Amino acid sequence: MNMYRIFRAIEEIDPEVYERINTRREAMKEFAHVGKKLSLAALPLALGALLNKAYGQSNTSASVVDILNYALTLEYLEASFYSMGAAQGSALIPNSNDLTAIQKISADESAHVNFLKAVIPQLGGTPVNKPNFDFTANGTFPDVFSNYQTFLAVAQAFEDTGVRAYKGQAANVMSNSTVLQAALNIHSVEARHASKIRLMRRVNGFSNSVKPWITGNDTGGIGAVVQPVYAGEENTVQAGVQITGIGGLSISASAASEAFDEPLDMQSVLAIASQFIKS
Amino acid sequence: MKHQDVPVLQDEPLMRKLPRRAFLRYAGLGSAGITALMLAASCHKDHNNSPAAEEVNLGSGDVGILNYAYALEQLEAAFYTQVVQTPYSGITDMELSFFTDIRDHEIAHREFFKAALSTHAIASLQFDFSSINFSSRSSVIATAKAFEDLGVSAYNGAGVYLQTPDYLTLAGKIVSVEARHAAYLRELVMTDTFVDTDVVDSNGLDLSRKPSEVLVIASTYIKTKINASGLPQ
Repeated sequence: MNMYRIFRAIEEIDPEVYERINTRREAMKEFAHVGKKLSLAALPLALGALLNKAYGQSNTSASVVDILNYALTLEYLEASFYSMGAAQGSALIPNSNDLTAIQKISADESAHVNFLKAVIPQLGGTPVNKPNFDFTANGTFPDVFSNYQTFLAVAQAFEDTGVRAYKGQAANVMSNSTVLQAALNIHSVEARHASKIRLMRRVNGFSNSVKPWITGNDTGGIGAVVQPVYAGEENTVQAGVQITGIGGLSISASAASEAFDEPLDMQSVLAIASQFIKS
Repeated sequence: MKHQDVPVLQDEPLMRKLPRRAFLRYAGLGSAGITALMLAASCHKDHNNSPAAEEVNLGSGDVGILNYAYALEQLEAAFYTQVVQTPYSGITDMELSFFTDIRDHEIAHREFFKAALSTHAIASLQFDFSSINFSSRSSVIATAKAFEDLGVSAYNGAGVYLQTPDYLTLAGKIVSVEARHAAYLRELVMTDTFVDTDVVDSNGLDLSRKPSEVLVIASTYIKTKINASGLPQ
């Protein structure tokens, strides 16, 4: 990410940008200071925080390439995870139909990685490198590749996060309809994956309440450790319209929340993903 | 991975296209005022109070796309209402529970569009489900699967036509739920078909359909004539 290019672009549009922060020098100093302590993958977060200070909203100026690299980082995460899981075979995934499902998801995620790596250079960008992952999340999920229940729990968290991440960026890539189209077409595939993973957790008896869709901000029996993935999913008001009981019909708050998946901003998604990123 | 399948893209940095005032507005605008935006977006006549019409006109621009979505949600809601009212023989508790959820989701979508479109909403459509055997599990789940895959491809195809960022996000909130339905129903028909090649291509991308393609397929089940001439073809 070329920070100077981004700052210059912001200056062109809004000459008073530094009055909103402090001065240009202060902004650069602040950013350089933060940047030193952060990995490349976390830079969008720092930029988001800075812009948030200036405009009261995060991620407003990430370029299409930055967003695609962000997507690529998440796809690397998923592709590596499923590849390692599938490689364990029946030792991890006892049911052969389930193993087939995981292999199919693995193939999709690898295809997404390759697709994004091919698209980013066409926009003049450089694809980010694959991070080093720690799928135990520093010991939170120690048996992720030996306990099928743990593996599917992490898979569900990744898929539901992925759906929210793409949804959160759709409006930010509207300027390029080809990128938007591709992002939408990946977004719904992640939702298909999420649905299947959640169904597998239910059928395998790992949760007697989880459904293919997200109810409220419920983790589907996984617990507090993945709660940030579901923060805000309990929303029942869409564009100012209360969905619970809409039209005088018996639509429960649960159904109202299930009917609409919620987007998640880049900062929140990276905070979730970074637990699994070593460097 | 076939790289030659990847389309050539044009570099269009977001900000270069935006004048300063638009950028500031974009940076500061939340989801507030969306209903007002919807009201300001078009000036079609009020069809909302008539129970059924011979022909409905979806309109154009964002209103046209939202009415198009409203029409599809009406279709799905009517179908699942019938499924839950007259469950097929041998339906399991979990199937009935999930079909009831799906019915409620589609009703929520339908009623949301109706409320959000307000006076610009098309009338209620009339349906013809005579080709569906509601007492047969295979007939019901095959139809449900087809409707959900159609819905996903319809939203995916229409998203790029939306001009208003908040509407795009709203469509995104709905399409992923339709995709969750689609995957579940595909699994009911046959296990491990949730991302088969008839819906997901070799790049791992879901299918998109144009409004004209979707409406031809949907017209089998819709009695009311739909005029979509204001939509991108």
